[in-house]
Amino acid sequence: MKAIEAVEITKVYPNGVVANRNVSLSVQEGEVHAIVGENGAGKTTLMKIFFGIEKPTSGEIRVFGRPVHISSPKEAIALGIGMVHQHFMLVPSFSVAENIMLGIEPKKGFFSIDFKKMEEIIGDYAKQLNFDVPIWEKVLDLPVGVKQRIEILKALVRGAKILILDEPSSVLTPQEVDDLFGVLRKLVKNGLTVIFITHKLNEVKQIADRITVMRNAQVVGTYDNRNITEMQIVELMIGRKFEYDIKRERREPGEVVLTVRDLDYFREDGAHVLKDVSFSLRSGEILAIAGLEGNGQKELVEILTGLREKAKGEILLNGEKVLGQHPWHLRKKGIAHIPEDRIEVGCALDLSIAENLISDRYHSQPFSGKVVYRKSQVIDFGKKVLREYNIKAKSPHTMVRMLSGGNMQKVVVAREMTNHAQVIIANQPTHGIDVASSEFIRKKLIEARDNGKAVLLISTDLQEVLQIADRILVLYKGEIVAHLKNEDLNETELGYYMLGVKRQEKIQGSL
Amino acid sequence: MSDFLNPQFWYSVIRVSTPLLFGVMAAILSSITGTINIGIEGMMLMSAFWGTIIASLAQNPWLGLLAGIASSTMMAVILAYFHLKLKTDLVIGGVALNLLSSGLTVFLLYLITGDKGSSASLKSAVIPRLDIPFLKDLPFVGRVLSGHNVLTYIAIISVFVVHYLVKKTPLGIRMRAVGENPGAAVSVGISVYRMKFLSLILSGIFAGFGGAFLSMGYVSWFARDMTSGRGFIAIAAQALGGSSALFGAFGAILFGIAEASGITLQSLRIPSEITNMLPFILTLIVLVIYARSRVRSHSRIQEQ
Amino acid sequence: MKRTLAILELVRFVITVGIALLIGYLFLLFSTDEPTEAFKLFLTGPLTTQRRFVEFLNNSVPLMMTGIALSLVFQAKIFNIGAEGQLFFSAFGAMIFALYFPQTPWLHILVVLFGAALFGALWAFVPAFLKTKWKASELVSSLMMNYISYFFVLFLVNNFFRDKTAGALVSYRFPQSAWLSTLTRFRLNSGIFISIALAIAIGLIVYRTKWGYQIRATGANKKFSLYSGIKTSMVGFWVQLLSGAVAGLAGGIELAAMYRRFVWQSLPGYGFDGIIVAILARNNPFLVIPSALFIAYLRIGANIMGRTTGVAPEIVVVLQSLMILLITAEALLERFKQRAITKEAMKNE
Repeated sequence: MKAIEAVEITKVYPNGVVANRNVSLSVQEGEVHAIVGENGAGKTTLMKIFFGIEKPTSGEIRVFGRPVHISSPKEAIALGIGMVHQHFMLVPSFSVAENIMLGIEPKKGFFSIDFKKMEEIIGDYAKQLNFDVPIWEKVLDLPVGVKQRIEILKALVRGAKILILDEPSSVLTPQEVDDLFGVLRKLVKNGLTVIFITHKLNEVKQIADRITVMRNAQVVGTYDNRNITEMQIVELMIGRKFEYDIKRERREPGEVVLTVRDLDYFREDGAHVLKDVSFSLRSGEILAIAGLEGNGQKELVEILTGLREKAKGEILLNGEKVLGQHPWHLRKKGIAHIPEDRIEVGCALDLSIAENLISDRYHSQPFSGKVVYRKSQVIDFGKKVLREYNIKAKSPHTMVRMLSGGNMQKVVVAREMTNHAQVIIANQPTHGIDVASSEFIRKKLIEARDNGKAVLLISTDLQEVLQIADRILVLYKGEIVAHLKNEDLNETELGYYMLGVKRQEKIQGSL
Repeated sequence: MSDFLNPQFWYSVIRVSTPLLFGVMAAILSSITGTINIGIEGMMLMSAFWGTIIASLAQNPWLGLLAGIASSTMMAVILAYFHLKLKTDLVIGGVALNLLSSGLTVFLLYLITGDKGSSASLKSAVIPRLDIPFLKDLPFVGRVLSGHNVLTYIAIISVFVVHYLVKKTPLGIRMRAVGENPGAAVSVGISVYRMKFLSLILSGIFAGFGGAFLSMGYVSWFARDMTSGRGFIAIAAQALGGSSALFGAFGAILFGIAEASGITLQSLRIPSEITNMLPFILTLIVLVIYARSRVRSHSRIQEQ
Repeated sequence: MKRTLAILELVRFVITVGIALLIGYLFLLFSTDEPTEAFKLFLTGPLTTQRRFVEFLNNSVPLMMTGIALSLVFQAKIFNIGAEGQLFFSAFGAMIFALYFPQTPWLHILVVLFGAALFGALWAFVPAFLKTKWKASELVSSLMMNYISYFFVLFLVNNFFRDKTAGALVSYRFPQSAWLSTLTRFRLNSGIFISIALAIAIGLIVYRTKWGYQIRATGANKKFSLYSGIKTSMVGFWVQLLSGAVAGLAGGIELAAMYRRFVWQSLPGYGFDGIIVAILARNNPFLVIPSALFIAYLRIGANIMGRTTGVAPEIVVVLQSLMILLITAEALLERFKQRAITKEAMKNE
């Protein structure tokens, strides 16, 4: 029995982007079905259609054989479809129970909530899966693995028979991933159908029964896991022999440019987020700070780039103390920053590409004189960058809002690499963008390092870290727990440090 | 100073706080879903107008009350429609509606009564007062709490109702979810659109009560722009209390004290302009205290 | 593509005005026996006589200036709507300088206008400071300052500067050296040239200077601007002061040209009208010129209609509010916009 089918689904967005083109696939009841593809291949769109967040422009969906119109998440849930999103949809100040039962709160009398019943219902489901969730704690402070379980419980409690997981392992450590897969296998044994979207091919090989590959808004094919290899999947995803190797020659780093000493930081909610962090960065090297989301990287980057105050310790740029200074000063002294969030921080969506490119230098020559802002110069620079960085847009006048994720990120990267900075701090620079743009950006980072810049890379993407870093620091719960040279390192070893299972007794080598 | 020991003063405080209490409830109900209703001022004004006009024409205060609430709710519907459906900016929409209300009420006032200043020429009907049987005989407390307008008692009760609604009912939880993380609400099938619409309507209803009190309880006529900034003061008072109706009510009473003190001070020959300034200056001070006391974010980049 | 979007904006504007006028006509149907006559007066009133035409132009002066003031803060996405209070306080300031500064020709009027701008900026300083130092909402604080300004200024004028020989509650008359000239026997406010020049100047500042870039970037995305090194809180501060100064100038000009004494016993409303003017002009100082003329035209048309037929001119405020709602309804014509964008995207495929 086919649990859910897409039949010739096409989705065209109002801005003209074709996200799904004649997509047909079917998922068997009781199987684990993986959908793989690069960012922009159309898998997330298809899942949004399954879950009623988007409506197809044409085509049909069938659930358990019946053609259906899913026009809202409410209807999807009613049909037995549940979704666990990549970025958790939880209300931070609510308790676990309130989050799980949101919208289906058991009632006591006419108006009030029956909190006791909530506890009962959740407890039942949690026991079935051998989960342990702190029902009355506020979701705000819980670790990521627990949050994911809450999301799964949310779906199950509403009677989900088809569970869709969108990039579930992107925030988990290798060990937590194993736990998750254990849960999924148990669910499948209980009759659930599981669909999950990912680009982690090794995991796909681990758990999926069948694999659908998508590329350029179309389905390339559906394959049995036993009949296909990782390399083959990749080739189908990209359509050409994919070059994994980004050439990185060994180089001798130069002088120390940035020194961080005993950086200690308590967040406004009291959490001790950074504990005596110390390291130095040299010109001509790429130093990566690896670690899972939520171990202090965000705050570290914000402190280094002047976006967060009240940290203690020292930050020296070429010997000069710069802790706590405004981004105005930091940029002047040579720190560039590729931020994690390109939409909220890296760009101004309603300004043009050209105006975005010079936001850090609009006040100096040639873009401005003493008073006058020279628009023509700004446009010329924009044209140059569009060419050099291969940004797909009509002209520098185009609003950044119209660009795809990868092109938007290229605008950000272009700005930060052309401002004569000595230090480039790149925070998740290829997060959520297509492979071609990712490759371009990683190559640019290496180019910067070859030109003598000091690059600090913060990334949760282990592949990326292993690909381009010279040295690696692992940040765990606010502390540096490992310092590794990137030679003959493997993913799992790194994973142990990132999970805090292992830590170097004495941090080796000069930081 | 001895005035503060006078039960008459506190009676006055409660009376004067009534429209503010309604206003704060209106502000809370809209802001928990993240849709701050700037138009409370205009909605109160519209309700004050229609309330007393219909009450006068029908010689029935309750019909007037109904009409007033209907008019303010209709304005809320317009705001909701323009913001949620047509994507007008919420603040601009609220400001526009305030202007509309101000102009329309004067226009219609002139049309109906031939007077641009007030409707005093009409024989009005007012909402009655209530003497509460046992309460009124209590010393001090009786003088303070008994004998108020029916709407005042409704205002006090509604504080508790709203508090309970927001914290302990499914509707309240869903509204708060929509305000804090709309994505979470969507993921469980709650219609963000519907919740926001509903919250604006509820806001309009409470604003309607407040306005009706002004023209049919506080005084018995409509005067142009008679809300005099109360809607905005209510918004400021709500900012104090967040999603707690009890704290918000506390804020409203605080401003009521300021206003009542102003009236008392006037009898001491302090010019009316100075005393009229008091509630607004107090709001300003409260705003500053509140802003300073907020958990000072360490993050430059995380703005509210 | 850009042209198509511009045409669509124009269409939206025309539809908005059309709907508003239609509703206005409906109102007239109910409120007078001669709706067509009233409507005609409303639409063409300002053009019927020279005097009325000048009245219309004069009305556009304060509107233009408050429109400029608000377009400035709106560009930075700061909701300081204290223009009304700033204008009122600045009028008081103008009066002080007019009455107590030495009566040297040319210099005196300059000082009066400068003083008005100064007082306007001073009044705007409070919300600006509160926002910059403690992140207090400038919307609430500026609204409060409007009311405080009203009571405070009235208190001062009525108690200390009242001309007891005059019939009404007004201040002493300004000396002639503090007058701003009016032209022709119809008394055209020469301030109109000042306001047009100011609109152009501010427009140039916003679109052609470094500071203008700062303002626009901060308005487009505050986090982005901060991250790029712009001192956003300072930008917010200065833009509010500048806005206050412009609104202040409006008050000074109005008093020095039209009344030559402080005459207001209630808020004149120019500050709130400025909001409408700015929104209609899409916050573009250059477009404030036609926008203010348009709003002034409607206002005076309504006044003329009111004087002649007995219909309350306040109806025009209702129409203007409707226009704001419709103009800012982004979703209006959204479908057509999307079709245009989609066609464009397809062309590039």
